[in-house]
Amino acid sequence: MTKHHVSATINGEPAEFLCEPQQTLLDALRDELDLTGSKEGCSSGDCGACSVIVDGRLVCSCLMLAVEAEGHAIETIEGLAQGTKLHPLQQKFLEHAALQCGFCTPGLLVAAKALLDRNPNPSETETRYWLAGNLCRCTGYDKVVRAVLDAAAELRGA
Amino acid sequence: MNDAAPQFKWVGTRPIRPDGVPKVTGRALFGADLAMPGMLVGAILRSPHAHARIRSIDTSKAAALPGVKAVVTSADFPEQKFEYVGPERVAMNFWHMTRNIMAREKVLYEGHAVAAVAAISKAVADEALSRISVDYEVLPHVIDVDEAMQPEAPLLFPDMITRGIDPAPTKPSNISKRIEYKLGDLEAGFAAADEIVEMHFKTAPVHQAYIEPHGCVARFDADGQGELWSSSQGHFVVRALTAKLLGMKIGDLRVYPAEIGGGFGGKTVVYIEPVATMLARKSGSPVKIVMSREDVFRASGPTSGSAMTVKIGVKKDGKIVAADGVFKYQAGAFPGSPVMNGCMCAFSPYDIPNARSVGYDVVSNRPKVAAYRAPGSPISAFAVESVLDVLAQKIGMDPLQMRLKNAARAGTQMLYGPKLAHNGYAETIEAILNHPGYKAPLKKNQGRGVASGYWFNAGGESSATVHVNEDGTVVIATGSPDIGGSRASMAIMAAETLGIDYNQVRPIVADTASVGYTHLTGGSRVTFATGIAVVEATKKVINELCARAAMTWKVDAEGVIWEDGHARPASSNVGDFAPLSLKEIAAKRGLTGGPIGAAASVNPSAVGPGFATQFCDVEVDPETGKVTVLRFVAAQDVGRAIHPSYVEGQIQGGVTQGIGWALNEEYIYTPQGRLDNPGFLDYRIPVASDLPMIEAVLVEVPNPSHPYGAKGVGEVNIVPPMAAIANAIDRAIGRRLTELPMSPPKVLAAIDGGKQT
Repeated sequence: MTKHHVSATINGEPAEFLCEPQQTLLDALRDELDLTGSKEGCSSGDCGACSVIVDGRLVCSCLMLAVEAEGHAIETIEGLAQGTKLHPLQQKFLEHAALQCGFCTPGLLVAAKALLDRNPNPSETETRYWLAGNLCRCTGYDKVVRAVLDAAAELRGA
Repeated sequence: MNDAAPQFKWVGTRPIRPDGVPKVTGRALFGADLAMPGMLVGAILRSPHAHARIRSIDTSKAAALPGVKAVVTSADFPEQKFEYVGPERVAMNFWHMTRNIMAREKVLYEGHAVAAVAAISKAVADEALSRISVDYEVLPHVIDVDEAMQPEAPLLFPDMITRGIDPAPTKPSNISKRIEYKLGDLEAGFAAADEIVEMHFKTAPVHQAYIEPHGCVARFDADGQGELWSSSQGHFVVRALTAKLLGMKIGDLRVYPAEIGGGFGGKTVVYIEPVATMLARKSGSPVKIVMSREDVFRASGPTSGSAMTVKIGVKKDGKIVAADGVFKYQAGAFPGSPVMNGCMCAFSPYDIPNARSVGYDVVSNRPKVAAYRAPGSPISAFAVESVLDVLAQKIGMDPLQMRLKNAARAGTQMLYGPKLAHNGYAETIEAILNHPGYKAPLKKNQGRGVASGYWFNAGGESSATVHVNEDGTVVIATGSPDIGGSRASMAIMAAETLGIDYNQVRPIVADTASVGYTHLTGGSRVTFATGIAVVEATKKVINELCARAAMTWKVDAEGVIWEDGHARPASSNVGDFAPLSLKEIAAKRGLTGGPIGAAASVNPSAVGPGFATQFCDVEVDPETGKVTVLRFVAAQDVGRAIHPSYVEGQIQGGVTQGIGWALNEEYIYTPQGRLDNPGFLDYRIPVASDLPMIEAVLVEVPNPSHPYGAKGVGEVNIVPPMAAIANAIDRAIGRRLTELPMSPPKVLAAIDGGKQT
């Protein structure tokens, strides 16, 4: 099977990789680029553990073909912190104990970033509906929602 | 956020977990995240049939495909002896287990593993599976537990004679076992009752639904040494089971704990680990297997569905005088449902003089059940706590006051033998009674329901090592996979015991060759039992630190005490020495005897049980039957919360799983016995927009058997929610739901035609 060459921007840096035509973006991130922070929980777009941001839009990377990444800008969990400085969402997740096993956490953080990028002051209800595509089986979402609202307040300088 | 109990510096505070940063940056390595050089992809062929005899398996075309490096069937695994081993509540039978990981004579459920391959890529592995030819003789199947118990039901095992009946039945059946517990005089008890209610219940099997599918990588060398890197709730147990199923010596297999992406009991057993290890052994290359979500639903353990009958009698003043329950639990394709737990826990919150519980363990053509959070107890509690609510309404008593009147206390005789050793239940009822929300007004179509629950909690074998570094920092290693913050609680307990800063302690989870045997992360045992191991090892280190100080001061070791992170002379008689800090002693360790460290292995049994009492407010939409949870308040006796945030998290998570169990989750089968909803779209677990905040109320009745008073906190929180919600629905719309899940069609049917209570 001939592999395809893909050029994209990943976490702000130009990136190239080879992939098979049937490979998903999630497979390419994990297996070709060693970015294993995006997780596979279902491979059907139902759990959100593989959430990434493509050109500013929140996407399940298991539902997008790797070849479709050509020319696009992709943000993954690995790009959320600036070097060793955590993003306020990451810091608030730690302070609020908003993770237990931590498997859904990368997807939740990416989804929450996409929320705050477009709505810096979400209500609790808006936050709950935005995160409804990210399944967490450990926390009951209570501390997750609190952490997102607290991070939003900090980012607003409130 | 420093809410430490006054006598403690760290216990009761909420520091950031030591493993937090890798988990928020995507660096933490879970089961599917490890890659090894030369690694192959393993894939498993699964049965399309619910029940069929395997006439033959032809793997030759798969083996001949270029890129295929190994093919495995049950013929590669040694036969196992038919015997039930281990404590009765959690007995295992390796004859069954080897057949569950790879079918032999028959496939017993859709998704049952039949063969496996290892190949150079996933595409080649999938192609190879399609070239394996299995000749099946399809057999009649049975899914429902009541149908499986009928005399004419298709038999999964032609020679299964029900255990626990004397004299033993002469005919085989799908009933693996009958159990019974009895106390007092049931007939006299019911005769004395003013009100008696008897009801039937059904519950659907529900899956643990951890977001991380099972994943592992195995390596096997020519010298017979194997290594396994897997995501599980207990790598020592994975080692023991995998070695047994492959006929290996335990010492020849080393298992490394990956980070685990949720388990809730479902990762206490093995599915893929023995298969990956066998593929590695046959191919000579490392092999990775990761289950798909569909495989997880079809072929890993949900918990039992059930059919139950519960009858309870009370006096007019609310005193329970008799209780009788019959609990029939699906075991799945092999014996071993948690029905014994269900029978033991059902009436345990209450002081009931005359009681009986009868349980049946029933096989049917479904995946073999696995543990799920307080296994068995939530199922029987749904029935018992529903009947109690009906009785409370009949006699016109507040349902919490009725529970308080009958609450089991230290010394209460329990149905299953022992006397209750600890208080804690009544305190959870009082916490809810005193909660301001319990008296808050409700609107039309809204109702408030309460329920309680009991769980044993567990002790068992745990090990820890503690080492002091030369700069005064401390490393603690345990064998307990961290499933929800246990590294933090271990570090807190070590820091508290040593009297040093929490951030000076680094806790790790060590592999099977690097720390002593440690049983599963399960049974709500880690903070209790592994916590005791950490504290014991830490105390040994303190003794050593005191000895080093004594050596420095040239005094007897008995003359030195440890206080607030320093060695000090026990009295002025010993001498006038400035206290030596841990750091100062560590810096001079080379002059005083070398490295400072200690190990402890423990097997504590004096467990404090878990009690929970909860209330919820729901609103029922009379047009659609949809139930919305408006408020949920969950009180639990936690002994003492070591890290309150993660204790609250356990309660919030358990309650949420209970809400899913109550309202949405179920296994749906086609007439052919195939699972019709093996994905998160149709097997719908609660999402963020379904829920309110879950209020956890931590009731602290310290456990005298733990150095800091901890009780297990992980499980009992999932016991009450199903009944609490059913009770709330009944009080909202006057309809009693007795089948789970209480999904909109069932609620609507109850509204439209159901009988009013």
